[in-house]
This record gives sequence, structure tokens and C-alpha cells, in this order.
Amino acid sequence: MSVLFVLISACLLMALVFLLAFVWSVKQGQYDDDYTPAVRILFDDTTRSDSSNKTNPEQ
Amino acid sequence: MSTATYSLAGSQAVCYHCGEPCEADSLVYDDKPFCCAGCKTVYELLAGNDLSCYYDLNAKPGTAQKAGRSRVRYDWLDDRQAASKLIQYTDDEIAIASFKIPTIHCSSCIYLLENVYRIQPAIVRSQVDFVHKTLRLTFRKKDISLRQAVELIASLGYEPQLTLNDLEAKTTSSSNRSYYLKIGVAFFAFGNIMLLSFPEYLGIDALSETPLRRFFGYLNFLLSLPVILYSAREFFQSAYGALRQRSTNMDIPIALGMIVMFLRSSYDIFMLQGAGYMDTLASLTLLMLIGRLFQNKTYATLAFDRDYKSYFPVAVTVSRDGHEASIPLSGLTIGDEIIVRNEELIPADSILLAGEAMIDYSFVTGESVPVPKKAGDMIYAGGKQTGSTISMTVAKDVSHSYLTQLWNDDAFKGAEEPGTISLANQVSRYFTPAVLLIAIAAGAYWARTDMHRAMNAFTAVLIITCPCALALSAPFTLGNAIRILAKYGVYLKNTAVIEKITTIRSIIFDKTGTLTDKNGRHISYAGDKLSFEEQIYVASLTYHSSHPLSRKVYQYLSEVPTMLVSDFREVQGQGVEGLVEKHMVRVGSATFAGGQAADTDRPQASGVHISIDGIYRGRYDIRNEYRTGLNGLIQTLRSHFDLYVLSGDNDREKENLRQIIPADHLMFDQQPADKLRFIKQLQEQHTGKVMMIGDGLNDAGALRQSDVGLVVSDDTNNFSPACDAIIDARRFEGIDHLISYAGDAMHIIKASYGISLLYNMAGMYLAVQGDMSPLVAAVLMPISSITIISFSTFLSWIAARRRHLIKPFAAKS
Repeated sequence: MSVLFVLISACLLMALVFLLAFVWSVKQGQYDDDYTPAVRILFDDTTRSDSSNKTNPEQ
Repeated sequence: MSTATYSLAGSQAVCYHCGEPCEADSLVYDDKPFCCAGCKTVYELLAGNDLSCYYDLNAKPGTAQKAGRSRVRYDWLDDRQAASKLIQYTDDEIAIASFKIPTIHCSSCIYLLENVYRIQPAIVRSQVDFVHKTLRLTFRKKDISLRQAVELIASLGYEPQLTLNDLEAKTTSSSNRSYYLKIGVAFFAFGNIMLLSFPEYLGIDALSETPLRRFFGYLNFLLSLPVILYSAREFFQSAYGALRQRSTNMDIPIALGMIVMFLRSSYDIFMLQGAGYMDTLASLTLLMLIGRLFQNKTYATLAFDRDYKSYFPVAVTVSRDGHEASIPLSGLTIGDEIIVRNEELIPADSILLAGEAMIDYSFVTGESVPVPKKAGDMIYAGGKQTGSTISMTVAKDVSHSYLTQLWNDDAFKGAEEPGTISLANQVSRYFTPAVLLIAIAAGAYWARTDMHRAMNAFTAVLIITCPCALALSAPFTLGNAIRILAKYGVYLKNTAVIEKITTIRSIIFDKTGTLTDKNGRHISYAGDKLSFEEQIYVASLTYHSSHPLSRKVYQYLSEVPTMLVSDFREVQGQGVEGLVEKHMVRVGSATFAGGQAADTDRPQASGVHISIDGIYRGRYDIRNEYRTGLNGLIQTLRSHFDLYVLSGDNDREKENLRQIIPADHLMFDQQPADKLRFIKQLQEQHTGKVMMIGDGLNDAGALRQSDVGLVVSDDTNNFSPACDAIIDARRFEGIDHLISYAGDAMHIIKASYGISLLYNMAGMYLAVQGDMSPLVAAVLMPISSITIISFSTFLSWIAARRRHLIKPFAAKS
């Protein structure tokens, strides 16, 4: 049973790490805007393909 | 007007950029129709820079460039001092500025604004915060100035909101962050304490002999420390604050329960190797913090504390030694010579030096017809110049001007009371002593036989009656109510406004812009019938005039084409004349057009008179159009409230209004300060609380003085004066629903108080016996809280349905 002392302490420490990660993310402002990042990730980066299309005919 | 444009939209093409209906001679570019040159320019700019994805993400995402495009000047941004207020960070290479852009409304906006670097490579990075509608711009200082960057953004139709208010109030980090942290910590502790208390819940006795049980207890104690010291701190602070002021609030019994819970549990853990109530403590704190967060709904895009600074320009053009310079408004002193251009606001009371002044005082008085002024006349701050550029000498400080003096009134000095509802405080006034009495009685009863049991009973009563459920019923009912109302189109400053609405006895309306629709004016023609050609003449002439009444006539005739006008002449305050196809057309006042007699029979309407080739033809009557549903609304409200109308306008609408509101409740020619005084009088007569419904800066004093200030807004993106609530103009006729729903919400809170008191009594029955196990508390407290949360949320939703508050906006017509 004494292994539980070690295991539970280790688990709590790990949980504490996640709590600190959460605190860090809040202080960073990651929860201030919950809409834009979700939209931003869906934008296609069209410039690169468009500009390659334009340069191809010249070649 | 509204029906005309609507039918147009059905048959005609709509602008590819903004979705506005295109007029007959619409522009076509790339096979796409555009309503105006402005929209086309934006399209060309985007298409030329590989940004046409803007149009793929959403159909017609642009903002209309045609109307209301104020020619804002950004010269003042070159001023180092003014620019420094916008710039957050700067070094030798780059600068970072951030601004609020109210027109951000869809994913296309995000796309475009985050890709502006393709148009202007000197912009290194631009980041949109959609929730707060702000743009953070990083640009290379060497290549472009702040002014150029702002002008670029504005040219795309995203005009930053740069007002004194926004600049002076540095962006405060949202208070929600601290709630997130507190909730995170409480949740962390709650989860782990629950886990460590599991053996207790299951009644596993095998542990009782081992050191493990003691270990779990110590861990629980450690985990509860951040909860009591950090997460629950605000409850203790609030309770302490109330005690110091010798008043009561709901946080006093909560703080008492929590302290007792913590001390009793610590005692159990260290002295008796018991389990304690740490799990209950953590779950309670967690639930109540969630309630606070839920109640703390704020609208990042709406501001309820605007004063005149939001309306006034940030910078003014000053003429010094023959040079024109743009200086910040705060640097303006008496005697300065200022230059005011078309559509610009006069920032301080000044004396006109030169130029033709036509001042639109609609801001101050609600009267929309511009007033002509001569050189030497005093022009009051808040007026807007329409027409040519004028120059004037500042006669008074900005803050001591006629209009801004209103903000020196006492009404603006008192600190705003925080958003707590007084019903909760009333309940706690009886609740706290009652609980203490029962706890002492139970302790005294057992003290005669068993001292240990007496302590148990005393603390258990205080723990189990910790009014968690009671404290949650108001946040969840009201929090849900303001969310439902926000969807409906009514935005409340905080939840306390709902309780204030239920105490109202009198309602005061402003006229212009509140009872009447600013945009919709009813136009009718009286006189000799005009042929189609003659209508063209009138339309052509009014097209060139900037007078609001001429614009209305032009809008009314928007379906007829226009022709070239020669010998165009505008007579200030009189009208316009010009030659169209060799016909002399005059449009303007009765004397100007030569129809004096005609003006007297309908004094309540503003008339635009027409004469062609010197022959008087007739007039367009332009009447203020009352908002739809006004009659019905007044009928409903009249039986419950005293209704008044305070108008800054003259009394030409008196006859119309008398039909719905008694004549002695109609007040005309009311200056902003008069409105404030009137409300003060009404409040002093003890006729109950007063609600002011207004719309503009001229109502600001009255809105502030009243118990509930409600602002009717055609566009909630626009500025509204300081108030308690903002209502979408399309929901104007729903004001009676709003009032009755507020009553419903308070009834729901009372009902859930009843339920949570029942729970408390049941718990108390167990507690007074002195042998309540921690498990009972751990089960009873969350169950009672969850019952209350679901009860209040569900009922507030049902009530909203019953009051027809849950329905989508009708198509804007």
C-alpha cells in the first residue's frame, strides 16, 4: 500500500503542472478571444498558389 | 421610403460588395454590379491584390460606402503626442498600434484585415480580435506612418473608432481573466479533493487504520488552502465590506459558512483524523464562481459609460499665424482660431468669424433642420457644420461649453452602485440572524449533555445553511435573462437593471429619434400634379443640394433619372434653384418658391415647395414618421405607467402626440439640462422610479438622472450616451415585453429562493441532531445548487417564450 503515497504525490504534481499551464495560458490572453483563432485557421493561403500560377506562363 | 427600396432590391441588382440595392445607373466592373464608386474601388483594390477570397467566404461582406461615409481626416495622427496614445509599442524598426473597428462583423472581415500586408507590404502583421472588434497592427515605421496605415484600413471600409474616450481609457484587461483563474484553481482543488475523499464516500473502513487516511486528510487540507485563500477571496472581501458599512448582503452568510466549514474541517483532519467538509467547500466555491462569471456578462462591443468625449473629435484644425495645424482637442484654449469643415462637429462654444455656417443641432436638441448663422454669432458646441468651411474663435473651454456643462451636474458625480440586487440583500438581512440563532440554539441544547456534540451541531447548521443555492438563483436567472434579451435586441448594462425595471412607475420618452424614426420620414406631395419630366427636374435639382429636406425629396424621387443642371444656386436657409432643360426650377421654403399661403394649413409638417418657371406648383410634406407599433405600445403602457414626452423640438407635432398622450404630459423646447431637471423633480415628488427612453447626446443628462436609462439605437455599433440599457430600434414596440419579462424574472428568483430555503430546512433538520456526516453535506449542497440552476434557467426561458422574446429579427425592410 505504501506505493500509493508515491503514486498519489506524483499524480498531484502532474496535475499541478497542468494547472500551471492553464494559469499561463489565461495570463497570456488565450481565453480573451475565443472566436478569431477558430476562423483564422480555416483561411486558405491562396497567395502562394496564385502567384505560382502567374509565374508559370512566363516560364 | 422603406417599401420603395425593398421592392427595388427584389427586381434590381444588388451591390457585389455591400449588398445594397444598385440604382439605375449602377456601375459594372468585372461583370459585377456595384452601388457606388466607393464599393467598386474597394473591390478593385482587393481583386488586384489576390484578396477576392473576401467575397468567397461570405456573400456581400462589405460595408456600404455610398451613404454616411464621413470624410474623416486623420491628419492629426501625424501629431506625435496624439499618435502615442494609439501606439502600444515602438522601437527603431516597427510600431504596434491597436484600434477598435466597430464594422468588423464576419469572417471575411477577419480575412481581409489579417491580409492587408498584401496591399501594403510595410504592414508586417495584423491581428483581429473578433470578440472585442479590435485590430492590432504591426508596421515598419520607415515605410509608412501611422496615419497612412489608418487611412488604408479606413479606405477598405473599416474605419477605426478613434474618439477621446477610447484613447484616454487604456485597454483594461478583461476582468473575466481573473474569474477564469479562480475557477481553474477551484476546479483543480475540487477534482482532487473529491478523488481523495472517495474512500470516505464508499465507506471503506480498511483505510481507517492505515496512515493513508491521515495522508489523504493532509492533502485535502493543502488543496483547500488555495480555494479559501485565493478563489473564495472575493466573497470574504464583499462580506467584510458590507459589515464595515453596517449593511447586509448575501456574501455574509456565505463567508460565514465557508469559514466555519474550513475551520471545522481542519479541526476534524488534524485532531480526529476525520474527513472534513473540504469537498463541499471546493464545490461550493466552484459553483458560485461559475454563477458570478455567468452573471458577469459584458458586451465587449457596447459601452454603457460614454460621455460627450466619444462624440467629439480627437483633434481640431487650428489656424495659427496663418498656418493650419491639427492639434489634440485637449490642447484647445480660449481664443484659438479653429477651422471647421463640412460634417465636422464644433468642439467648443465659439464665435463665428467667417464662412457660411449652417449648423445642424440634431445632436443637442433633436431638431434636424440646420440653422443658418452669421459672422459674430455664438455657435454652441455639439452643432455640426453642413456646407462650406468656416472659421471661428473659441469662446469657452471644451468642458465648460453649453452642452458639455451637463456633465458637471451632480447626476454624473455619484459613483455608480455595483450590480447587486437589493432583493438578495433584503433576504440576507433576515437569513443571517435566523441561521445564527438556530445554530446557537442547537449548540445550547446539546451543550447540556454532550459538549462535543454541541460543537458538531453548531458548526453543522452553519455549514449546511451556507446559502449557496440561494446565492445562485439570482445570477442564473438574471444571467440567462440578459442573454435572452441580448438575442432579442435589448442589451443591459448588468443584471441589476432587471430589478430596477420592475420598480418603475413613470416612463419618459424623448421625441426625435425615439418616438420617431430618424431615417423614415413620411413624404407626401400636395399641389398640382407634376409630370414625369417635372419630377426629373426636381430630382436633378435636389440631387445637388445637401440640405436634409432636399435629400429626403431626392430619396423619395430616387426612381426617376436625373439631368444636368446649370446655373445652380443655393440660397442659405431658403432653397436651391437652377436651370434644367431651360426650365427655371426652384425648390425650397414657401417664400423662396412663392407659395406663402400654402404653408399655414399644415404647420406640423416641414414643407419643401416647388416652383417651375416662376409658377408655384405644390409642396412635398415631410413629416416625422413615428415608429411602427408606437400606438400599441403606448396603449399597453398607459394603463400601468405615467407617460411623458420631453422633446427638444418645437411643438409642431403636438396635435399628433395629444391623441396618445395627455397634453399636460407633453413638454416641448426642452434643453438637455431641462430634461435632467424634469426627471429630478419627478423623482422628488415620490411618484416612484423613472425610466427615461432616449437616443442621443441631448438626453444624456436625463438618462443618467433617471433610475433606468434606456437608449433606442438604430445601429448598436454606433455610440450611445451613458445608459443602463440599449434597445435595438427594431424592437421598440417590445418595450412592454421587456418590462413584464423583468417582472417575471424577479418572480422566478423569489420562487427559487423558496426552493433553496426548503433544502436548507431539510439540511438543518439533520444538522441540529449533531451527528450529520460530511457525506450528507457533500451530496445535499451540490444537489440543491443544481436544482436551483436548472429551475431558474428553465423558467426564465419559458417566461421569455411566453413574452414573445424568443423570435428572430424580421427581415429588415
